[in-house]
Amino acid sequence: MQKVSEKVIARARELMHDGTVSKVVGWKAGEFFYDCEPNVFETEESLKDLVYNRFCGANLSKYMIKNSIASGGEGAGKVLVLLKPCDTYSFNQLLTEHRIDRENVYILGVGCEGMCDIDRIRERGFKGITGVLEADSGNELVITTLYGEGKVNIDDVLLNKCDSCKGKAHKIYDELISDNEDEGPRGDRFEGVRELEAMSPEQRFAFWQAELSKCIRCNACRNACPACSCRKCVFDNNASGIASKANTDSFEEKMFHIIRAFHVAGRCTDCGECTRVCPQGIPLHLFNRKYIKDINDFYGEYAAGEEAGQRGPLISFTEQDIEPGHAVVKGGN
Amino acid sequence: MSVNVSVNEPAVKAAAENAAGANTENKEWRPRIVAFCCNWCSYAGADLAGSSRLSYPADVKIIRVPCSCRVNPMFILKAFERGADGVILCGCHPGDCHYSTGNYYTRRRMALLFSMLDYIGVERGRTRVEWVSAAEGARFSAVMNDFVAKITELGENVKVGDLRCKK
Repeated sequence: MQKVSEKVIARARELMHDGTVSKVVGWKAGEFFYDCEPNVFETEESLKDLVYNRFCGANLSKYMIKNSIASGGEGAGKVLVLLKPCDTYSFNQLLTEHRIDRENVYILGVGCEGMCDIDRIRERGFKGITGVLEADSGNELVITTLYGEGKVNIDDVLLNKCDSCKGKAHKIYDELISDNEDEGPRGDRFEGVRELEAMSPEQRFAFWQAELSKCIRCNACRNACPACSCRKCVFDNNASGIASKANTDSFEEKMFHIIRAFHVAGRCTDCGECTRVCPQGIPLHLFNRKYIKDINDFYGEYAAGEEAGQRGPLISFTEQDIEPGHAVVKGGN
Repeated sequence: MSVNVSVNEPAVKAAAENAAGANTENKEWRPRIVAFCCNWCSYAGADLAGSSRLSYPADVKIIRVPCSCRVNPMFILKAFERGADGVILCGCHPGDCHYSTGNYYTRRRMALLFSMLDYIGVERGRTRVEWVSAAEGARFSAVMNDFVAKITELGENVKVGDLRCKK
């Protein structure tokens, strides 16, 4: 990771310096070292803040809508974007939907060995964390704290979205800096969905009631989601009846999440940003994965963003499609 | 002559409740059902059921839509939110859509939406899609009678309320 990181930062500087690109969309450290946030670097000088480490979980694809379109014009130069393997799916999906001007983008594919969740590190009892370093060997991280050092297994502290991995292969790039070999997908991403499906309707209802009642309608899931890129969002319409917060006598929270997941059904690449950004820790990926699983079961395997230009399952049909009444039974629950 | 009657007296209380319509003990609970019917097939089918003197329960409130694919998933969730106990969507038989392909899209959308409603714990019997043509008045009546019977069995839809206040 350390090696890749150094190479990525050096290469970004180089591309900016020789004028190949005029902007870099990458990550910079926030208030704390683990608060890496997306940032647009417009000058060579500002690139000193560019970082790439275990806490760069944010998917930068969505930022390319604004940055690729706005950077058009003669001699404006391209925009460099750093994409991890799973981020390239979202990028492809946005290309499919004609939301990104590919001509203005220079994609630097960056290798990824899984991103870490600071909360999961804290859960393992570390207090006063001052740094997270790669151990010299093995699958471990060294956590330095005010009170000493400790080691954790990387697999125990990955982000939720990295628990299962789509694979280390970039689906689209102009240049690649990675020393991982693609080992294919890892983990069963539908495990959580299957667990819920095995419950009784009452248990499922209780589960979602408990989870969704935490929702504060901050819209972070929508704002971070690369598939939620409509210029005008249905949830911004005050008259829609689902735009208010803390409406205590309605079905709003559930409706919001069902509708949001439905709007991205067939377009969701399962990048896991919704769950990562949720301040309340709601497992929103379970909605998206349910739709993905259903689409796979009913209409054949489909991975949104696998390649640009695919026709999504909800904008196509066959004459022999499953009937909704049967679908509910076949859905496994 | 004025009579002082205490409002706590049972007879008065009962009368007041009756007047306010609050006495539900004597009233049979009836389900509230929303039926989205496509203008070209199912709505005409409902018409035919009427003109053929075939009965279907008055609990079914029909909403006419230009095509079954006009039905946004939000319409269905909204209907539930506003107190519907069951929602049924009727359109032309696959292959017979007035707009050629509308109902094929409906079929995919509703398959996913209904599966999701089941996933969050709303009983699967509360939602249904049926294909009813303009010539199938008898089928329309049979479908509605059956659906109302199923919903009556399932009872009132109490789950789809607010998450924070209930329970």
